[in-house]
Formats: sequence, structure tokens, C-alpha cells
Amino acid sequence: MKLSELAAIKEKMKGVVAIREGKKSEDQVRAHVLICGGTGCTSSNSVKISDLMKEELVKAGIADEVKVVLTGCFGLCALGPIMIVYPEGIFYSAVKIEDVPEIVAEHLVKGNPVERLLYTDELTGEHVHSLMDTRFYKSQHRVALRNCGAIDPENIEEYIAKDGYAALAKAITEMTPQGVIDTMKESGLRGRGGGGFPTGNKWQFAANSVSDKKYVVCNGDEGDPGAFMDRSILEGDPHAVIEAMAIAGYAIGADEGYVYVRAEYPIAVRRLQKAIDQAREYGLLGKDIFGTGFNFDMHIRLGAGAFVCGEETALLTSIEGKRGEPRPRPPFPAVKGLFGQPTIINNVETYANVPQIILKGVEWFTSMGTEKSKGTKVFALGGKITNTGLVEVPMGTTLRTVIEEIGGGIPHGKKFKAAQTGGPSGGCIPAHLIDTPIDYDNLIAIGSMMGSGGLIVMDETDCMVDIAKFFLEFTVDESCGKCTPCRTGTMRLLELLEKITEGNGELEDIDRLEELCEYIKSASLCGLGQTAPNPVLSTLRYFRDEYVAHVKDKKCPAGVCKKLLNYYIDADKCKGCTACARKCPVGAISGKVKEAHTIDTTKCIKCGACIATCKFNAIYKG
Amino acid sequence: MENVNVKINGREYAVPAGSTILDAARVAGVEIPTLCYLKEINEIGACRLCLVEVKGARGLMAACVTPVTEGMEVFTNTEKVQKMRKTNLELVLSTHERKCLSCVRSQDCELQKLCRDYGVEDEEHFKGKVNHMPKDESTAFLVRDNDKCILCRRCVGACKNMQGIGAISALDRGFDTHIGSAFEMPLGATSCIGCGQCVVACPVGALYEKDDTAPIWAALNDPTKHVAICTAPSVRATIGECFGYEPGTDVEGKMVAAIKRLGFDGVYDMNVTADLTIMEEAHEFMERFTKGENLPLITSCSPGWIKYCEHYFPEFTDNLSSCKSPQQMFGAMYKTYYAQKHGLDPADIVFVSAIPCTAKKFEVRRPGQCAAGEGIYDVDYAITTRELARMIEKAGVNFRGLADEAFDQPFATRSGAGEIFGATGGVMEAALRTAANAILGENLEKVELSDVRGTDPIKYATYKLGEHTVNVAVASGTKNAAELLNKIKAGEVKVDFIEIMACPGGCVNGGGQPVQSAAVKATVDLKAKRAAVLYNSDANNEIRCSHDNPAVKKLYEDFLGEPGSHKAHEVLHTFYIKRGL
Amino acid sequence: MKKKMTTVTFAGTPEQELKLDAVIAKYGKDEGAIMRILQDAQEIYGYLPIEVQRMISIKTGVPLAEIYGVATFYSQFSLNPKGKVAISVCLGTACYVKGAGPVMEKICEILGVQPGETSADGKFSVDATRCLGACGLAPVITINEDVYGKLQPKDVKDILAKY
Repeated sequence: MKLSELAAIKEKMKGVVAIREGKKSEDQVRAHVLICGGTGCTSSNSVKISDLMKEELVKAGIADEVKVVLTGCFGLCALGPIMIVYPEGIFYSAVKIEDVPEIVAEHLVKGNPVERLLYTDELTGEHVHSLMDTRFYKSQHRVALRNCGAIDPENIEEYIAKDGYAALAKAITEMTPQGVIDTMKESGLRGRGGGGFPTGNKWQFAANSVSDKKYVVCNGDEGDPGAFMDRSILEGDPHAVIEAMAIAGYAIGADEGYVYVRAEYPIAVRRLQKAIDQAREYGLLGKDIFGTGFNFDMHIRLGAGAFVCGEETALLTSIEGKRGEPRPRPPFPAVKGLFGQPTIINNVETYANVPQIILKGVEWFTSMGTEKSKGTKVFALGGKITNTGLVEVPMGTTLRTVIEEIGGGIPHGKKFKAAQTGGPSGGCIPAHLIDTPIDYDNLIAIGSMMGSGGLIVMDETDCMVDIAKFFLEFTVDESCGKCTPCRTGTMRLLELLEKITEGNGELEDIDRLEELCEYIKSASLCGLGQTAPNPVLSTLRYFRDEYVAHVKDKKCPAGVCKKLLNYYIDADKCKGCTACARKCPVGAISGKVKEAHTIDTTKCIKCGACIATCKFNAIYKG
Repeated sequence: MENVNVKINGREYAVPAGSTILDAARVAGVEIPTLCYLKEINEIGACRLCLVEVKGARGLMAACVTPVTEGMEVFTNTEKVQKMRKTNLELVLSTHERKCLSCVRSQDCELQKLCRDYGVEDEEHFKGKVNHMPKDESTAFLVRDNDKCILCRRCVGACKNMQGIGAISALDRGFDTHIGSAFEMPLGATSCIGCGQCVVACPVGALYEKDDTAPIWAALNDPTKHVAICTAPSVRATIGECFGYEPGTDVEGKMVAAIKRLGFDGVYDMNVTADLTIMEEAHEFMERFTKGENLPLITSCSPGWIKYCEHYFPEFTDNLSSCKSPQQMFGAMYKTYYAQKHGLDPADIVFVSAIPCTAKKFEVRRPGQCAAGEGIYDVDYAITTRELARMIEKAGVNFRGLADEAFDQPFATRSGAGEIFGATGGVMEAALRTAANAILGENLEKVELSDVRGTDPIKYATYKLGEHTVNVAVASGTKNAAELLNKIKAGEVKVDFIEIMACPGGCVNGGGQPVQSAAVKATVDLKAKRAAVLYNSDANNEIRCSHDNPAVKKLYEDFLGEPGSHKAHEVLHTFYIKRGL
Repeated sequence: MKKKMTTVTFAGTPEQELKLDAVIAKYGKDEGAIMRILQDAQEIYGYLPIEVQRMISIKTGVPLAEIYGVATFYSQFSLNPKGKVAISVCLGTACYVKGAGPVMEKICEILGVQPGETSADGKFSVDATRCLGACGLAPVITINEDVYGKLQPKDVKDILAKY
């Protein structure tokens, strides 16, 4: 492809961009219906909705006036499936298959938006017409996600229409490789996959390594439970990653790239493969790109279900077809990586930032964020929060803004207790630190870490010891088993937590937990092991009283740990119907007919059958 | 090589560039503890025991795999480091079956030594789940006891990286990770060749030879049995290590004296049948060489190699020499010739061989190894150098205090050619000395054939013998053997005669030899030191060629007739099986 | 988790073996190809029994134990034929805090299996899976291609009845 051809495609697509920007188009197509085709909305039938929409448009005779586009994730997964109609920008949420004929008939034919499907602001009770006007979106700033939900990810021309591949063109026709690296360094972009290592430095190391063969690798093995931003980017804007990897290849002197993606992400894999094929077809991958003599091509490799492969050396070992076990560093991948050659590995979100930094410049990028953490960060909001979904905010945004404003707060009138970031490598941030500006260094200072950006909100009904145990179970399951501290140490850690949550803990066990945590942290071979104790350490730091309650009082304050719960009957509510006594498998419930019953806690096996049986909500756990 | 300057525990040293911290500390006279590290075989940084503090580094560094850099400051024994090592050992112990008192590796267990050094008093500091697994006793040669395994993976490194076999691997993941064969098959059902390199790689008692000493003790205590033993060429060069001698100490006289105190009816030198093997094999070579049939001829003394060939290169089994190994020839001659001569019923003879090898335990029960009649095995039991040492210890024999004694006749006189069998290239050299005599009609002027000596993985040499040019190759270690055979298959190499030993360096480095720690292996060239004993012995022997050995000549005169005779074939030759994978 | 081996008799067809040969030819015999060959072999046979792994070993020259080591390292490789109805319960954090545990318990109770097992009639298999990334719908299960979100234990029975 030549530069002029790229410009021609952009020119051709002007009308499309105009409609999405809310302008009336003079083209034959007057409206675009964008339907979320991300994994979340797809699970709620968005593909069927899209197909039906096309049928209905044919029936209404306006199929050539209205274009239906299946996009990537809009972010507001809680309200899926999501649909936006342009040029008005009307935002429909929780669309059902049966709503489609009405949307076509009323909105697309007559021009009257379907009021009942509009999003309602919980606070004001008013309908919000545009997605951008929702509180969920207002405080967001979308850089990495800019095209997600805005373009057809399976159409390279839509990506080009929105300045796609212009950064690659600029880099390889106007900049030197060192110039690209310098730009990355000056931008202050740090790895979005967890550690936050400066991307430009990583590229510099690889550029400095002398070798005939180098590799550019994309880490798409997003494994932190509760994080799905990388998947969303691959599903919604795969070309951004392809373009960035080509730029990286130019910068370090590599001509081959690998994207390692979880096999659990079939839609992302399919779209990425399609995007690679299209980029090849358009000459944006392959030989002599833009006539500069620069060659770059790439392949997809699928993971097979091992969290540790998110660790960079394990990922490389896995691409090499072996057990995905980490290797000691040094040598670092930039010196000796994939197949023994110098290699850079960045994660999906990191790459998604690259083209825009090249295009819009260092100043633009550094205007966002904090002193040491520039730009934005995508978070996957989940757990006990109203607006679950994907959000992107400038670094330095407080947790409060993310949780209360964007996330819409905690549902069911419950109280915010803690936010977990960084997945199994991170920690729990307690309620009193809700005003912490989120950036790499602040999160580490308060005992958590950015991780890939999972942000799970917990309320008062979540037990922090149980949460620590949940993460340790995960780590024990996902430890590769190579090094002793992680293989055996995390198991011993989990066993101590089990002992505590089952009411067998002693006070020394808390000391032993801390001792073991410190050991595993310092001695493990890779990042997985070194960070595995974080969930325990951070909950010990902020919720030590909960641990003590489990150990000393044999009580679980949040009422989660089954073995520490007792069942009681509220005498005021009990009608004496005897249903529970008849259901109890061990005869622990006694009482006369029509009189309040009682539970013998020494006999009770805490099976919960009585609670399920009682019609009067008279039985409670405590 | 260039040096870099490093500071270790506050003192400055210049060490070769490219050294690891572990190597550098050795220059400083400090041994950093390791468990998983085995130089060039397993360098994976997994056990985390060798962590040290490095000034300016983000965390602790694994000394075994971290190269030193100019100006690096290393601290190997800080309080933090020591505490880490103790915690590490406590965690290792929490999954290690602590039946240490009777463990075969008690006192030369690397874990045990470290636990003592680091004062691990509370063996149950970390209690918890343990994955019990049954012992694998399915092979004739070794036992795998995963309950004692500490997952250092040295065995996997030995099997895959060194030997190129990969009969075992790390399986499953996380806490369930364990070492095993595919689909948890018993080792006996796999293509494991029994070389025992995993055994000598193991730092603990998770891998050991199948102990055959109990029936030998029973036979020794049974007055109706005639119990005889012969020792392989390399045992005298290594068994001293079990009694505190430096590697490379020749203890033949003490060894013989010690064995004689165990109650054997005869203590013999296997070097004699090594000479006998040469007589047969050189004859076989000359026959094939002159006819141009089934060349290259490949030696057959190493039973690990034989099993390897049968599994991995069945297309080469016709190239194998049909000669039994010296061990089997010995047993065969003893139960035929010797039994007849002394009026013994072969069924009453218990013949034992002491060998540097675990695969020989498999060889004794191979088909085609019963010269004295069906069901009467040529050799009843093959015991490793280690087992022999344990028998001597158990009998309370003061090995170091014994005066030298000599082997019993008629199997005591050997040539230097028989002596060098235990080192890679030795069989080739011995065979060529005899083949040369057959071609030239006289012995070589210089019998030392230095081209085939030394511990290089593959050696090539060409000899002009009169009108003939003989091209030979020598490989030790099955990975190297595979490389050589693949080259031959591809037509890249053309040779007439090949010596292959399953173990790198030959029998002196066999899987049945005394176990040495990873630290010793990294700093002492065991193969060369042990081999030097054999070559010295050869140099000091008046008889340098097998065909000049009067003891061997007498065997032909009395019993066998000519090399390659019908009788020799009956007693001294065998056959092979195409096993495949 | 230690992988369970199958007791089902292997019933591979010559057609399947031809496909496997084609896969090996496509990816080459280098060690790096093993993951991809196993992935495709699992597509072809539905699981990776010893017969299949042995064929791969002999045809690639990679030791069988090493192939088995790879197959048991990654959770997606199965040594067991999956049920016709494959149920995956997401046990990611978001699903966990929203009650995926009780949903899993209910499924196992109804089918009489443990996670990772296939029901006695070979119809249902139940697995715990890592985060599916459908956290907005937590807790989530997938049954074959279908996704069910925002589940409660009481919903399970009716959903299973559909299969």
C-alpha cells in the first residue's frame, strides 16, 4: 500500500465518520445502528438482535438507508445488549429480541426514539438519550478504548477512517526507529499488564540487542479473574494492536510478531485473525510496507488455560510449545527471548495506546495522568457495583469517582467495604482509602497493584479472609509448580487460611501467615509467585481485626465462612409452623406447634435447609 | 578469557567473565547451597535455595543462573539469606517423606546436609497436604520413589538434556506437579533404557538402584551354594569414593581384600572376559570388514546402549556385535567351562557381577543369556558399585585398613586392553590393538591410540593398517550416539566400526557409580579422573593386548577352540530385539 | 489439579488419523509445534488419550513423557472425552463474589459429579473455568455454545432440563 491509497480510503469513508459524529449524511445511508458484539452482549443475544434488525429493515424497505454494525464492547456490560442509533446517538440498553420490530418501525422509519428503552438515570429518574451523557461515560476518557463500540472491528476501512494506520505511516516514513523509541520514552507510557515497566525502555533494550532476528510479542493472555479489557480491545479494535506491533517492530528492528491470546476468547481470536488477514490484503502487513522496505508480519498463538502464561517468560516458553513455566531473568527477553532471540512483550492495552501517542504526540499523552503514571487506564468494574463494565479514566482519578460516579455505587443499599485491584497479584483497598488517586505507585504504596485492571468491588457481606482464601485457591491452582516457594509455599498459605476460616486458627497462625508471605514474595521465581501473597498481606494490613475475629472469637463478621456460622430463629417472626423442624436432617430444631422454635447449635450441621424452608424469614445466620 | 571484578561478602575477586554468581563464589572459596542446579544438565533456577543478596538488585538473585557483572557486590550469608534458606528447606521437608534413618542416601543426601547446616530442627514447621504416590518398582534396574522427590528435576535434565531420551518429565501443574512417565505408566513399560543417569543426578533418595544384595547375602549364607563374583574394570577406580578416597584413586587391592571377607567362593576380574570379548569382537569385525557385511559393526558391551538401540534405532540392531558383554561372557564361561572343570552343578552356582551400571540388572534377565541351559542365567545378580560398597559396610569390613589382595585364578590375569574397557574409547582401542595384529601379523608399535581417548562426546579416527583403512567412531551418551547414528543414516559419515557407551564418558561415569554432589560434579572432572586410573593400569601392564593374555589363550585351548567357533557362538554370543517405541 | 485419565476405550478412525497427519505436516516436527498439534488433535478426537499422544510422539520424535507433560500442564487439554453437554462454570472473581460457588454446587448436586468429571451416562461434563470476561453477567455458566448469566442456584434445574 502507498500513502496515497491510505488517504484515499480515509476520504472514501468520510460519510461514515460524519454519521457517527452526529452529522446528517448526504450519502444514501442515512443512519447507522451500532450493536455491541462484545462477549458480554453476545451472551445476551446481541448477534440475534443484529440479524433480526437486518431482516426487519428489509421488511420495512429501508435496508439500503440504514447500516447495521456489530461493534466491540461499549463498556456498560451491566445494561447489555446495548444499541446506539446514529446520527442522533440514541442509546438503547437491555434491548431484547422482541424490541427490534418496534425500534425499526418507530425510530428508524418514523424517526421517534423508543422512550421506554432509553437508559434511565437512577438518581434523577430521567431518560438519558445519549450514551455520552450518562454518568457512566461522563468522567471517562477513552484512549485505548476509543474505537471500541465506535467502529466495525471487522472492517479495516472503518479503522482507517478513524486515522488507523496513519501512525504506522508516520513512524516508518517520517521517523527513525530511535525517534519512535524516544517518543515512547518521553510519553512515559508504562506497561498496562501489571508491573508498569516503562515501555520505551523495554523497546530500547531490545533495539540495543544485536541480532538478525527479533520478535515483537503481544501478551493477550489476560488471566486476572475479573479483567477483560484486553479481550474487549481485541474484539473491538484489533487493528490498533496490529498497527502498534508493526510500529514496535520498526522501532526495535523486528519483522515478526506473535499475539498470544487466551483460547477462552473465541470472538477476539476470530476478529483478530480477520484483522490480520485484512491488513495483509491491504499491504499493511507483509513486505515493503508503504514502499519503505520495512517488512512485518504476525501470527496468533492460542493459550490453553494456564494463568502463569501471562508472565512474560512463561508466555514465551508456551509459544515455544512447552509447559508454560517461567525462566529465570536475566537474561531478559529483550536480550534472549522467543526462540532465544531479542524480544519485546507488551500487553494489549499498552499497544492500543501506541498509535495515538505517535499521532497526537507526547504532549497530548502526558497531559493526562499523574507525574509518574501518564495517560489513562482501563478498568473492568465488577462485583458489588451497579454499572459493571469497562471504564477508562485518566491515571490519578480517585477510586471514589470510579466507584460512586462511574460505577453508580453499591447496589441494594449496601455499604462499600473494599475494592480489589490487581487480581491474584493485587490487594484489597479499604473504604477509608477511597479517595486515593489511582496510579501505579499509589496502588503499590497501599499494598495493592494496578495489575491488568480488574477492579472488583466488595460490600459488607464479603469476608476479607474468605476473599484472601479465594485468591490463594486461584494461585495454588495456577502455580506452575516449578519453584519451591510458589509450589509448596502457596499451598501451605492456603492451608493456614482454610484453618482460620474453618475456626481452627490460632493466633500464631497469623504470624506464620506473615512469615510465609514475606518468604514467598522474596524467593519465588516469577511475578506470579512474588505477588501471590499480596491478597493475604493487604487484607491482613487493613482487615486484621477480621482475621482476629475468625481466630479468637471463632466468628466471621461478614457471615460468609460457613463453619463459623450459627443458625438462629427469630422468635418474633417464627409462627411455629414446624416446617423447619420437619426439614432439619439432624433433628436440631425443636418447639411446639404455633410457638417459636429454637435451633440446637451443637447439633446443627449448618446445611441451610431450614432457611430455605421457612416462609417467614424467621431464620438467620450469625 | 576476560575477567570481571566482583565483591563477594565484602572482599574483592577477579573472576572469568560469564561466570555465574555460584562460580564466582567458588573462586572466593564459598559454596552457595543448591538443590536443583546440575551444571550443563539442569540450570533452571527452580529450587530458589541459592538466592543471594546483590547490592542494588530489586530482589534476591538465584546464584546458579545469574551471571556476574563488573562491580557486582554479592552477599551470600546475610541474615535474610540464611533465614530464606531455612524456610525453603522447611517447605521442601513438608512434602518430603522423612524416612531418613534407613534411606539409601542417608549421609550422602544433599538435602540432609543442608538441613543440618541450616539448623532445620522442626521438620514439621510447615505441616499440610502431601501427594502420596506409589513407588515405581516396575523395572529391574531402578526404583522411583516420588514421596521422596523434591522436584529439583535433575533427573529430567539427565534423561532429556544429557541423554536425549525423555522417559520422564514434569507432569501436571502446581502442587500436583510430579515427575513421571507419560500417562503415569510404570517405567518398565516405557522406553527407559536403564542407564541410571537419573539416579546419580538425584540429590536425595527418590531414585536408587533396585537393590539385589538380599538374595546374595542369602546365597552367601547357604552352604549348598557356590557363590562367585567378578568386578567390572571401572569398579576398582571408583569404589574408593564410597570409603572417603578422592575420585581417581585405584583401590583394586583393597577392594579384592574386602570382597574376600564377604565369603565369596571366588573373587575374579572381569577384565579377563573383557579380553575375551575383544577376541570375539575383533574376529567378528575382521569377518564383517573383509566381507563388507553389516558394517559399521557396533559394540555391544553397554546394555543401556543395547536397549536404546532396540527402542530408538531398531534398524541398526543387525549392526550390533553379537558378542555378549564381558559380564555375560564371564557368567557363561563360569557356569559352563569352570563348572565342568570343577564338577559343579551350574544350578548350584550363584554368579554375581559388580558393575558400574544399572542397565546390567536388566541385561542379566535378557533372553539369550543362559549358556548353561534353559533357566540357568549366566549371571544371577548384577550389583552396582554402590551396592557392593554397602555390602562391605554392612559386613563391618574396614576397607581403608585392609592390605591389598589379588583376584583369584584362573580369572585374574588380564591385559591392559581389558582394563581400559571402562572408559569411552577403551573398547575401540582394545579391539583395534587385536584387529591390527590380525591384519599386520604383529602388534602395533604404539598401542596407545590417543585419537579415541578422552571425554569428547563423539570421536572419529582413521587407521591405516597395512593395505586396509579402517574408519572408526566412538560415542558416549545416548544423545551423542543418536547424533552419530543419524549422521550415518543421512550418509554424512561413513565408518566401519563404532563403539557406543550409553553413559557419557563410558562406564567410569555409569549410573551405578558412587553418587557425587552437584558441587563436586561442577568442580571435578570425574570422568577424566576415574578414566585415568584405567589408563595408568594399562600403561603399567606388561601385557597390552587381549590376544597376548595367557588366561584368555587357555580358555580357547581348553574349551572354546578358535574365536568365532561354534562353541564360542553357543556360549559367548547372543541376539537382539527390535523393540521400537 | 491432577488430571484424570480416561477409562473409555479409544475409538479413533483412520479418517481422524489422516487429519492428524495433516496437522503434523502443517506445523512441522519442531518442538515448538507440540502445543498447536495438541490443540488441533483435541479438536479432531475430542480429547487426548494415550493412543493419540503416542501417534504424535512417534510422528514428531518428541518424547511421549514430554508431550504428556504439556498436555497435563494446560487445563484445556483433556485426557477424558467430554460429555455431549459441556458445562463450564466461571469461577472468576466477579462471578465468585456474586455467588458462582453455590451455582457450581447445585450443578454438581443435580448431576452427581465433581468439577472436572463427566456424568455416569457420559452426557454432562462439568468444569470450573477461569474468568470468561462476561463479568457484567456474573455469575455466568456456559453450556456448549450457550451462555447463561446472572444465575442463582434455583435457576439451574430448569436450565439443565433443556439439554
